[in-house]
Amino acid sequence: MRQEPLPPTLAIALPVLGAASILLTWQFLLPWLGVPAYIVPTPTAILGVFQKSFSLLIGNLWPTLIEALAGFAIGNLTGVLLAVLFVHNRVLQAAYFPIVLFFNTIPILALSPIIMLIFGLGMTPKIVIAAVICFFPTLVNMIRGLDSASSNEHELFRVLSATRWEVFWSLRLPRALPMLFSSLRIASATAVIGAIVGEWIGSDKGLGALIIQASFNYQSDRLYAAIVLSSGLSIVLFCLVVLIERRAIKY
Amino acid sequence: MTIERHADLTPSAIEARRLDVGYGGRHSAVKVLTGLDLTVAAGSFLSILGPSGCGKSTLLRVVADLLDPLEGTISVLGDTPHAVRSRRDVGFVFQDSTLLPWRSVRDNVRLPLSVGQGSLTRQIEDRSEELLELMGLGGFGERLPHQLSGGQRQRVAIARALLGQPKLLLMDEPFGALDEITRDRLNDELLALWRRTGTTILFVTHSIAEAAYLGERVIVLAANPGRLVKDLDMRPFKQDGNRCTREDPAIVAAMADLRKALELAS
Repeated sequence: MRQEPLPPTLAIALPVLGAASILLTWQFLLPWLGVPAYIVPTPTAILGVFQKSFSLLIGNLWPTLIEALAGFAIGNLTGVLLAVLFVHNRVLQAAYFPIVLFFNTIPILALSPIIMLIFGLGMTPKIVIAAVICFFPTLVNMIRGLDSASSNEHELFRVLSATRWEVFWSLRLPRALPMLFSSLRIASATAVIGAIVGEWIGSDKGLGALIIQASFNYQSDRLYAAIVLSSGLSIVLFCLVVLIERRAIKY
Repeated sequence: MTIERHADLTPSAIEARRLDVGYGGRHSAVKVLTGLDLTVAAGSFLSILGPSGCGKSTLLRVVADLLDPLEGTISVLGDTPHAVRSRRDVGFVFQDSTLLPWRSVRDNVRLPLSVGQGSLTRQIEDRSEELLELMGLGGFGERLPHQLSGGQRQRVAIARALLGQPKLLLMDEPFGALDEITRDRLNDELLALWRRTGTTILFVTHSIAEAAYLGERVIVLAANPGRLVKDLDMRPFKQDGNRCTREDPAIVAAMADLRKALELAS
């Protein structure tokens, strides 16, 4: 049987209540069960870190933010440009797409040390890792999107004697936007993952470095605060993408 | 409305001689149409009827320069299909309206102004407002296609096809997906439009009633391979200006005749 949709107030209230119930259980049940704070800190303890070590957290947020944003921009742009090249040159696509496909099967954790070797320490390798992670879904989605116009639509443009450029600009690209944005939404989360993974492997700055240090030092409240911050970063990026998507795609 | 009549420009809109059309290259081709001889008078309304796979859509695509014939010759408005397309003398209406969902109704109608202008050998002007009015879409200009009904979308597609004032309008089952009431209404609007503009219309359909009601002439194509099997002049069954009623016994008799040809062709 199909269920009735929830009234709007409940649709907003229920997720809030759900989250609150989990937080409350976490806050009171864990200490009561005797789980020590250095294993799982309580929500208030994590919140305390945001007060106590605000400048430390923000100081480590910046590098991760910059790496994730730069990686997001570079990776997606490369994916889009390569997709444009591939759909306009089937020979290139046939020759190089399988290699890209193979490249994508290498786990990013295995690839990261190589990237470190090539680009050294500093921000560049983290940006590259974030870019690599974003690149592939965007390439695949963009190729599919650019090819998603129907044969009737292509015939319509041909009857109108449209140039290749006009077909691209007025047909292929707008057709590709929904698929591009769905991969950008994925990339908004994976770009942050890429930056953090990069920081794990070799950095003393950034949320990734903070996570590693905090876990080595059993500063689990700080560890959790860093995790909350990195997921917050992903959420902000995600919301930005959705905001731009709503302006770009009106139908 | 300032649409000129084109009927006096060329003696025939289409001359096809021994036309073979197929897909997949000259030697390995699957032939869709074979040995087609067809002359269509300028300004006339031709209905093309046939079972699926008979090449009726393919014929429109050859006329529109979307497909090259394998053998034989075709001249459109006394010229090559390519030249006619470059002058934008041909409009095409597809079965699905093929409106771009991200463009407003007005911008869909104006598509011919924003693409293909560079290779165009004739100036076309923006008559989108006039055409939207004409098609009963005044006030719908700012809407997006998904906010329209199927019949309205097809009207937009026709308005877009008419923007360049084509001398030849090719329609590939344009009302095939519409309900019967909407289809009948659009049939009447199309006939009124045709009378007013004098545009030659090639109208592909799989509905016998629609073909008989609209066409001054109905041809029936058979499948495998596609060829012409019946050529029926409808004018003796109709009044002046290609007028008739759907219930007219003469039209019903002609429809029975067409049905027989179509059954043999299928």
